[in-house]
Amino acid sequence: MSDDHRPMIECQAVQKYYGDYHALRGIDLAIREGEFFSLLGPSGCGKTTLLRTIAGFEGISSGAVLIDGKHMEDVPANKRPTNMVFQSYAIFPHLTVAQNVAFGLRRDPRGKAEKTALVEDVLKMVGLSGYGGRAAHELSGGQRQRVALARALILKPKVLLLDEPLSALDRKMREQMQVELIKLQRQIGITFVLVTHDQEEALVMSDRIAVMFEGEIAQLDGPEALYARPANRRVADFIGVMNFLPARILAETDEGARVEVAGLGEVELPRAQISRANPEDEGVMVGFRPETMTLMGPGQIHYQTRETGATIDEVVYYGDMTYYDLRLDGSARLDGRPRTVRISMRNVFGRDVQDVGTRTQLAWSPGSLVLFR
Amino acid sequence: MARHGLDAEAKKGLTLIAPPLLYALAVLAAPLLTILTYSFLKDGYLEVIAEFTWGNYAQVLTDPIVRTIMLRSLIVAAMVTLVTVLLAFPIAYYVSFMVRPERKSMWLFLITIPFWTSYLIRVFLWKVILGYNGVINSTLTGLGIIDEPLTFILYNVNSIVLTLAHAYAPFAILPIFVALEKIDRSLLEAGRDLGESRAMTFWRVTLPLAMPGVIAATLIVFIPTIGDYVTPELIGGGKIPMIANLIQVQMLALDNRPLGSALAVTAMLTVALVSVVFLFLNRRFLRMRQ
Repeated sequence: MSDDHRPMIECQAVQKYYGDYHALRGIDLAIREGEFFSLLGPSGCGKTTLLRTIAGFEGISSGAVLIDGKHMEDVPANKRPTNMVFQSYAIFPHLTVAQNVAFGLRRDPRGKAEKTALVEDVLKMVGLSGYGGRAAHELSGGQRQRVALARALILKPKVLLLDEPLSALDRKMREQMQVELIKLQRQIGITFVLVTHDQEEALVMSDRIAVMFEGEIAQLDGPEALYARPANRRVADFIGVMNFLPARILAETDEGARVEVAGLGEVELPRAQISRANPEDEGVMVGFRPETMTLMGPGQIHYQTRETGATIDEVVYYGDMTYYDLRLDGSARLDGRPRTVRISMRNVFGRDVQDVGTRTQLAWSPGSLVLFR
Repeated sequence: MARHGLDAEAKKGLTLIAPPLLYALAVLAAPLLTILTYSFLKDGYLEVIAEFTWGNYAQVLTDPIVRTIMLRSLIVAAMVTLVTVLLAFPIAYYVSFMVRPERKSMWLFLITIPFWTSYLIRVFLWKVILGYNGVINSTLTGLGIIDEPLTFILYNVNSIVLTLAHAYAPFAILPIFVALEKIDRSLLEAGRDLGESRAMTFWRVTLPLAMPGVIAATLIVFIPTIGDYVTPELIGGGKIPMIANLIQVQMLALDNRPLGSALAVTAMLTVALVSVVFLFLNRRFLRMRQ
């Protein structure tokens, strides 16, 4: 990431209507130069529409889109300094790999030999050295993706747009491509904008992530902040797993709040652990991630400050991890409904998986709680 | 074991294809073989002499009239094909790219409307439209635009081309439409994204990918038009015969069945040759795709 944080892409109050359908509801966004930026959200949230307005395939109803400080509203897609990797890769089936990669070089003044060398260089960069003569249909999904990448990167765009580029690949291939994309982005240093519905992918790859719901940005933050301090319950629910327990605010000051949490008792939460007010959420809730608490057992050591009694309701064994659903003692205290929470434990040597129905202690610290109110 | 199973399966398969095979032999192979046999026999007075000869083919290949008519058939068919495909492409393009998806089937349905009447009637109607006292001429003279009826629109090659191009238009539109429908729309966006204008994207992406449809349309129009009999007879007024008319004259009017058969076989071989060239071209385009 560059130090001056110069914005490469700016969206200012971007609105987009399809007839009556309000696809983008006032998007304000600044993507920095050299940043790996992700647009994350469920299908239909407008993330792809936003990407396509940046690429120039969709016009906007109002607002402004700037790339590298220049207004783009009247610039057609073929004149924008962006290139795109399409979800379907859009490899031209009537051209060879080399012809696909060289497609955008038609008006490049360089000589034929120079272009051929350039194509080979770019193919090498994406790991397809020697594939130039292959026909498009002879390629696997991962190879097609690399061709799409090479075809876009050879034009040295200021911004590379990626529309769910990994969704068609199998898990192993996807994880491999994620790492390769990150390395590639660091190596060439241009701005990447990735659209994805896969929160894990966004967390792994991005410098910053914009989480979108229903045409609006719900939160824009780095991966860690997004995971640890979700702005509201919807974001918390979408990114990873989060447990929610009803809570009651006993006292609130500028520094924080004293809260009674069902099953956990009274805690002091500093302001940093209190999320912004969100009118859609019903009631006050306290959330925490499954891995932040420790299930007590024989030989279990922990550094948590508090303990709560619980009963194991369900055990789900994943090999490296075990998920426990726990019924917390006193969780029905606030609204009369008992709650179960999900705790994950790494299956390290010497720690046995516990059985359903076991009475146990849950160790935790107030530092892992987030208050949603 | 496996071999035995295969035999039983093969037997079953043969039993299944036997009825259509017999049917195909009776209505396709037998007439063709008859024509082929006739073409090597001698013509007598009111009869065919069962004696082998190359004479019919020698006559077909050397007779200047046959050559003129054969050439005319080829040229007319080529012109019809060119006009039809050139007119069909924009229509297919419009329906595929501009018409809303839920309206496409209605558009295709409308395109078939000319087929609701018989081919013969449509050809005859063109005669009414193009004729000496036809719709066009009487309108133009009535409006005082011309003093004498236009003569270049009836009883000549132009009118034959016009009539046939109209008759075969849907046959050309449909394969081109199908080829255009198969084009992944993101390919066109990719073309634009890589810096090409709409026109260049059409030239470099849409057109090459539509070629299989264009070639299919070419074949579908070319093959039947070269052997068309009705249109030259009615629209051409019988004065500009094509190969089918010549075959008919030899077979029926002049009762020279061997020569007629030799003409027919030659015409078939010519069409086959042209078709093979196009099929080869199509194979090239198809190989580049999947």
